[in-house]
Amino acid sequence: MSIRQISIFVENQTGLLSEVTTLLAENGVNLRALSIADTSEFGILRIIVEDVDTAAALLREKGYTYTVTEVLAVSMRDEKGGLAEILKVLAGAGIALEYAYAFLLQKVGEACLIIRVPDNEAAEKALQAAGIGIATQKELF
Amino acid sequence: MTKYYQPEIECASREEILALQNERLVKQVQHVWDNVPYYRKKMEEKGLTPADIQSVDDLHKLPFLTKDDLRECYPYGLLAKPLADCVRIQSTSGTTGKRVVAFYTQHDIDLWEECCARAIVAAGGTNEDVCHVSYGYGLFTGGPGLNGGSHKVGCLTLPMSSGNTDRQLQFMCDLGSTILCCTPSYAAYLGETAIEKGIQDQLKLKAGIFGAEAWTEEMRRDIEKKLGLKAYDIYGLTEISGPGVSFECEEQTGMHINEDHFIAEIINPETGEVLPEGEKGELVFTSITKEAFPLLRYRTRDICVLSRKKCSCGRTHVKMSKPMGRSDDMLIIKGVNVFPSQIETVLLEQGFPPNYQIIVDRVNNTDTFDINVEMPPEMFSDTVRDVTAKEKELVAALKAMLGIVAKVHLMAPKSIQRSEGKAVRVIDKRKMY
Repeated sequence: MSIRQISIFVENQTGLLSEVTTLLAENGVNLRALSIADTSEFGILRIIVEDVDTAAALLREKGYTYTVTEVLAVSMRDEKGGLAEILKVLAGAGIALEYAYAFLLQKVGEACLIIRVPDNEAAEKALQAAGIGIATQKELF
Repeated sequence: MTKYYQPEIECASREEILALQNERLVKQVQHVWDNVPYYRKKMEEKGLTPADIQSVDDLHKLPFLTKDDLRECYPYGLLAKPLADCVRIQSTSGTTGKRVVAFYTQHDIDLWEECCARAIVAAGGTNEDVCHVSYGYGLFTGGPGLNGGSHKVGCLTLPMSSGNTDRQLQFMCDLGSTILCCTPSYAAYLGETAIEKGIQDQLKLKAGIFGAEAWTEEMRRDIEKKLGLKAYDIYGLTEISGPGVSFECEEQTGMHINEDHFIAEIINPETGEVLPEGEKGELVFTSITKEAFPLLRYRTRDICVLSRKKCSCGRTHVKMSKPMGRSDDMLIIKGVNVFPSQIETVLLEQGFPPNYQIIVDRVNNTDTFDINVEMPPEMFSDTVRDVTAKEKELVAALKAMLGIVAKVHLMAPKSIQRSEGKAVRVIDKRKMY
């Protein structure tokens, strides 16, 4: 099962990233994971939060450009080879990665890899067949 | 429903209009000769006397007036009536230099308001309508002109003036405004805000009369969709009277020039030669009924085309196309002529909002050309690749239209300042040094 990620358009201008994260903080939105894609002109802030609808409504109200995307939260062992194992399965199934980012879970030894792939179902099937788990939005919090 | 405000003149035959123009032109030339030494001197320099102008056919002999003449004559040099006979002053927005002031007698005001009334009736206006005027009131002719026209038609007139968008929308909903008069950029902004507030359904607008700045067909469709109305163009300039020099009918294929008051010519802007109907060139107006500020052969700097093709609305007055650019607005970047309206067309075609800013500068003796564009949510994606692709498509489309490459900067929505009057689209830093 996929989880919902919020991606926010951020201009390359000092203070804008701080502005959007402050907005989220002030409204009690906790970020579990994030990644920032940057180009010379603009950035895309991607975040994983527990209550996507509330955060999205907040962003809409304040006039931010954002989009909600379905991504996969793949359970990953926090030890050497954890990432390689997952990527090997995906490569074996011929699944290309758009982007990925990882974070540690609070339970020692466990991590999570967020992946964006063209076909979530196909990736999920391949990973599960290899015994690799997929987390739900709730399980991350 | 009445279709015309003054059917006897709006639908008069070409012969009748021409006869009226001949008579009025001869009288006007004499009036100017007798009362405006500045123009008399110009005529004398060309060896002309009023006797040389017997009909519209002789119009081409008369010298031109330009904005420079108006500046030189500021404030009273072109006044043709004693100040005691004048009742009003209006002024240009002064965006391109020194302000120009124009004077009106009560008769001038009456005729000007009649022209605006023709425009309102052509947009379907009757005394049953609530006419919401969001043009600026004051020295700017937009507010006073449409306000006067609305009174003449008998509409319930809301003299809102510009600004305070929340209140504008509140009044529109509460008082059931049916006709909106404002600049097209403000109409687009009102539409956008109405959608954001979710009050689109509460609007009762049926027609909009938008002018005072350049806008495209794409922008018309955008405004019509957002506000649920039919958008009519109106044209005018303070020097000649104000809005209502020409206006659109239901055909939406050009604006009928009120030929009983203004004679239009199209000239080659380089040579001053009069061009035949259908050719593109600079629009020149001669006001034949103005008493206080009668300009003969005033060069508008607007580039357009005239058409005498029969109009399905029944009006017989010549139609002018939307100005395709204004020589004042035209930018020369890297040696290429660029009109902001071209950029607007591309943005709308590519799905971007028509809110943009052009920044031109000169670095190391080379022009730089940057365009700030707002990134709308529906074009945004979570991957850099998709967003960059949209940007590249836009750059390519701009290059196809303009012939030169612009550096596009994607900005957050609403980060480009909105105007409540005329939009500031161009920042040309080259002029500063």
